[in-house]
Amino acid sequence: MPVLTSPESRPRGIRSHGARSRGSRRVRSTIDARGSGIPRLLWLPAGVALCFLVLPLVAMVVRTPWGTLPGQLFSPAVGAALWLSLVSAFSATALCLVLGVPLAWVLARSGNWPAVPRRLLRALVLVPLVLPPVVGGIALLLLLGRNGIIGVYLDRWFGITIPFTTAAVVIAEAFVAMPFLVLAVDGALRGADRRFEDVAATLGASRWYIFRRVTLPLIAPGVAAGAVLCFARALGEFGATITFAGSLPGVTQTMPISAYLAMQTNPDGAIVLSLLLLVVSIAVLVSLRDRWVSGVTA
Amino acid sequence: MRKSNGPAQNGPEQSTLEQSRLAQTGLQAEIVVEREAFALQVELEVAAGRTLALLGPNGAGKSTVLRALAGLVRLSRGRISIAGTVLDDADRASFLPPELRRVGLVPQDYLLFPHLTVVENVAFGLRATGTGRETARARAIDWLDRVGLTAAADAKPAELSGGQAQRVALARALVLEPRMLLLDEPLAALDAEIRSQLRSDLAAHLRDFDGCAIVVTHDPLDALVLGDQLVVLENGRAVQRGTPAEVAGTPRTGYVAQLMGLNLVVGRIFPPTAVRVTRARPESGAAAASSWRGTVASIEQQLAQVRIVVRTEPDGQNVMADITAATMAAAPITAGDTVWISVDDADIRTA
Repeated sequence: MPVLTSPESRPRGIRSHGARSRGSRRVRSTIDARGSGIPRLLWLPAGVALCFLVLPLVAMVVRTPWGTLPGQLFSPAVGAALWLSLVSAFSATALCLVLGVPLAWVLARSGNWPAVPRRLLRALVLVPLVLPPVVGGIALLLLLGRNGIIGVYLDRWFGITIPFTTAAVVIAEAFVAMPFLVLAVDGALRGADRRFEDVAATLGASRWYIFRRVTLPLIAPGVAAGAVLCFARALGEFGATITFAGSLPGVTQTMPISAYLAMQTNPDGAIVLSLLLLVVSIAVLVSLRDRWVSGVTA
Repeated sequence: MRKSNGPAQNGPEQSTLEQSRLAQTGLQAEIVVEREAFALQVELEVAAGRTLALLGPNGAGKSTVLRALAGLVRLSRGRISIAGTVLDDADRASFLPPELRRVGLVPQDYLLFPHLTVVENVAFGLRATGTGRETARARAIDWLDRVGLTAAADAKPAELSGGQAQRVALARALVLEPRMLLLDEPLAALDAEIRSQLRSDLAAHLRDFDGCAIVVTHDPLDALVLGDQLVVLENGRAVQRGTPAEVAGTPRTGYVAQLMGLNLVVGRIFPPTAVRVTRARPESGAAAASSWRGTVASIEQQLAQVRIVVRTEPDGQNVMADITAATMAAAPITAGDTVWISVDDADIRTA
């Protein structure tokens, strides 16, 4: 191994010419790599990629009708869509917290389960993440629609119809956004030191007390990061919502749907709505900073 | 009441008396924990008001003993009872979960809850078991007073020094008046300067505690100062038990001998200062002496003397020799040299 042995310590007879030059080059490149080991050939596609990500947003900001912005922003149509979006995204996040945190708990503590159910559970949680949202909307309709597997009984026995209501918006958003919260909390739980729970148990605390007073506070940053991601995903939800809940103004027409429809009749309104969504997205990014990577992938 | 012998060496009547007293107040444990790569099997007895020091190298199973006693690990076989209450009995499948055991734990690194203040940490167990907020706080403050930390009551654990954290962890466990107190390497995380002070503080707290206590440590000084009884654990087995004086004076294994600063070679115990190191084979002359051939493994300057470790041939046992710097200068020795070590029989005790 030429790299591990310094050239001076090697007996002259053994040191071949090739080994020496390879060794010295390796040593130099490890020092250089700390600065930048980027091949020149990569700079161009990397630059194109960055433009590809940023330029559309720049175009939007450039074309924003700044003069009429306040008017558009406070118009009843935009106001209704904004209000509906916020209410439904907050409700969906709350629903995900109530149901998703316990699910993340089971997922994180499934380490000693047999491999098949453990992997199946994880795959099921991840399905909405990779599923086209429209497919999610159709699936929700088939379950909860008026003629759906459960929906038909909800309608017949209780007179409850879910599709094309604000409740449908919340359900569609929660369906799509839940994995973000579950994965963030799961990651936080796996990273948490379980010895704190052990100590709490020796101090007489029940499992429920430990959950509330020790583990949950310890993973609070992870839960918060998950909730913010979940909220961002719910706020931008389009496909599942329009399929399952339609686009009734003031009832199910959230900001993304409103922006999409407005592009045909009122492009300026669409741009204003999009700008609003962009601002929210940037706020989410800033609030998470480095936490979003560690929280989700840890 | 310092037991000078293990139970096996007691007379039958004495053993019965001892047993019944222990059954009423103390800990009786036969702990067997089996994992794929590891088997722990050890019997422990501690009378109320006494402290047992569990000494052993890393990986000997010391922490697993504590986890089993605390109820964080289930026994594969065996039985744990304290003051007549069965905590775990593998044969009868009865298991008391940790939250019902009233066994206090001061874990390694202390593990104070980082999101709670110091007083909330100490009050945690009281709150968890249904004590009202005000009462819990008052009793926690009282205990903080006993460990001299009232001023830090509203600080967060991150603001504490290692020694302060240790005392908070101690108060957190003791405020619940546990039947047994378990301390896992209570001094390992501390700086050398405050270590001796905290060691004697801890010894005082253990004297005041009327339940039984077990201190796990890999430091012989901790074990000798804190323990009324010593159990040395190696590879999941108790290799030696007795009072600190017995264990320190008559080590039974090479590990214990080394910890106590003594050499143990083929059943002969002798201090490093009695060892002579020479290049030539010692003449079998006037004084009766034992000698071995070996290779110098390490040489280290220690204050006024030089500690040489010689690996004997063919057994490969490490023998420590302390020689003066002057002796060393007169006949220099380097690592890897083949040397003879010899000890006068007058300096040798048999194990």
